[in-house]
Amino acid sequence: MGVLSTVLQSRAVAALASPHGVDRFLEQVNPLWAAHEVRGRVVDVRHETTGVHPVSTLTVQPTSTWRGHRAGQHVQVGVDLPGARRATRCFSVSSAASGPGERFTLTVRAHDDGQERASVSRHLATAAPGTLLHLSQAGGDFTMHATPATPTPHPLLLVSGGSGITPVMSMLRTLLRDGYDGRAGRPVTFLHYARSAAEQIYAEELAAIARFDNHVDVRLVHTGEGGQRFSPAALARLVPDFRDTDTWACGPTGLVQAVQAAYDGSARLRVEHFKAPTTAPGAEGAEGETSFARSGLGAANTGETLLAQAEALGLRPQTGCRMGICFSCTTRKTRGTVRDVVTGEESSRPDEDVRICVSAPVGSCTLDL
Amino acid sequence: MTSTTTGTTTGTPRLTPDQLDALGAELDAIRQRVLADLGEADADYIHGVVRLQRRLEVAGRALFYLPPAWPLAVAALSVSKILDNMEIGHNVMHGQYDWMGEPGLSSRMYEWDNVCPSEQWRYSHNYIHHTFTNVLGKDRDIGYGILRMDEDQPWHPYYLGNPAYAFLLMVFFEWGVAMHDLEVENIVAGRRSLADNKALHAGIMRKVRRQAFKDYVLFPALTGPFFPLTLAGNATANLVRNVWAFNIIFCGHFPAGVATFSEEECEDESRGHWYYRQLLGSANIDGGPLFHLMTGNLSFQVEHHLFPDLPARRYPEISGEVQEICERYGLPYNTGPLGKQLLSVARKICRLALPGRRSDQAAPAAAQPAAA
Repeated sequence: MGVLSTVLQSRAVAALASPHGVDRFLEQVNPLWAAHEVRGRVVDVRHETTGVHPVSTLTVQPTSTWRGHRAGQHVQVGVDLPGARRATRCFSVSSAASGPGERFTLTVRAHDDGQERASVSRHLATAAPGTLLHLSQAGGDFTMHATPATPTPHPLLLVSGGSGITPVMSMLRTLLRDGYDGRAGRPVTFLHYARSAAEQIYAEELAAIARFDNHVDVRLVHTGEGGQRFSPAALARLVPDFRDTDTWACGPTGLVQAVQAAYDGSARLRVEHFKAPTTAPGAEGAEGETSFARSGLGAANTGETLLAQAEALGLRPQTGCRMGICFSCTTRKTRGTVRDVVTGEESSRPDEDVRICVSAPVGSCTLDL
Repeated sequence: MTSTTTGTTTGTPRLTPDQLDALGAELDAIRQRVLADLGEADADYIHGVVRLQRRLEVAGRALFYLPPAWPLAVAALSVSKILDNMEIGHNVMHGQYDWMGEPGLSSRMYEWDNVCPSEQWRYSHNYIHHTFTNVLGKDRDIGYGILRMDEDQPWHPYYLGNPAYAFLLMVFFEWGVAMHDLEVENIVAGRRSLADNKALHAGIMRKVRRQAFKDYVLFPALTGPFFPLTLAGNATANLVRNVWAFNIIFCGHFPAGVATFSEEECEDESRGHWYYRQLLGSANIDGGPLFHLMTGNLSFQVEHHLFPDLPARRYPEISGEVQEICERYGLPYNTGPLGKQLLSVARKICRLALPGRRSDQAAPAAAQPAAA
């Protein structure tokens, strides 16, 4: 594929395929042929848990354009939902770091997003082999740079909750695949919170990892079955000097915020939200009016994100990841101040383009929507 | 029975504000119903048209290697360009398929096989033409700034050349469309400065370079010894597309009986009046399914102007209802076979070349009760 893809990506071929682009022709022959875009086909489905919110692991064969991923990175996944509506969400890759064109896995829990007519996650969690996915390249800085190939003597701590297990599982799998074992002299603590044993993702694999002599300490806490929720004291019992330990934490907002509080600003902690908070920190006293100029709608500011407020009024703005990554929902804000619900950053410039999925108004705000 | 109007706009029935509101509500209801019904069938249709267009384009380009198949190559490429510009490009850029969320069919991203950059087209067509349809002095599609297409455009000796200008515009239509945005006539009249065009120039030149390089250098060169044949073939395909698009588009707004409006009439207009103006300012062309496909369903210009963002394949199915509504409100529904509409347009182009008398009751002025 090397020579061929170089040719397909060349300017000469681009000029020939102008103005549509090479991929608009290649996809007509085979959806898994691409020169620039990334697509993938689900080649295997494994059901991790059952119930109302089942979890499935999908093995994806990407196009040769896939540049691979580093453990911990995420990818945008677009699917064609019933009714020919494509929707895109962001998911962490759960398999060990992949190389260009290599297969990888996504582990997805079926959620039903309130405002959506159909949910991407449910569609994926119940997908059959053969399903076509519209992907992005992997992205994100929630990654582990030190691997056994470049060993560091530091112990590692991975904390996760619910489906937030996926990026840290990718890290753990990468370590083990690349030859990490007990002789590395670098203990890994894998602390995970799930609601119950029945909802435990990767239960068998984690049990096997725990059995091996590999200096990986697997701690699974089932909070619905008597397990204690996260607390700094409990973590300190497990890893006494946790604030000085390289830590990766991913999970629901509550868990991530609790971990952040425990680390008190320590640079050793890296966090990833698998779902962006819907309100900004300190949004209790939301006031003013949120107006949508083009549709002529408006309502009292609830303190939620502009996207949530727009959808509550029945608007259907274009959206993608809904967590501030893909910029699909970028809309012109003509007036007012907004706060980034992830970083807490405020901005008041008139006529600025904001990502409405992670921007909540502070006081009155007008959006060109 | 459909009323096919001929003659002047003087007989245009006027509606009261209440009637306009009721008309607006009825048309809004059609729109809502179709919007709620959009789904797989529409997606399959547009995917099918795209597939056909891509195949025809590849076939057309490849057949130039077989000189005896030259006419076939030109035919395939011509149809490919017509489909790309009309049923796909024009309609996709209207946002008719934005609800699918597919980047390749997104109004914000689609680029067509035409020298006019799609971004500029979306402004001049979707916004200016579709908002100010047939409002003299606002809608620059009335005569494209070079023709006299309405009696209320003051005559000038320049317009003696009306038929010749129309012919040239037809032959070089894609270039005319690209130049359209530069508003050359406004620069001549001193209403616009050259500096205003600076931002547009770069976009047009980039697109022109790409299109010309592909059709007149790269593909001909790839066929080696057949360079001149391929070059001529590509030029012919572009010409065929130009002539076809020009004729279909001119039949949409310029046959006899189509009304124009003054800026005063449209100040603070209601949604009902906007619909009323779109209805009276557009004309359809009768034909079969293949003909409608080749016109990008612009043969349903009336329905298109009422609902520019509904997928065009829906126009045939709602046209019966629109006609029935027209009948009830006593409004003309202008339609006719291609030959008749073309003849009507040609006559107008020639007649307006001469000063002629200004029609007495130019533009429906006095508010009369609707003709029952």
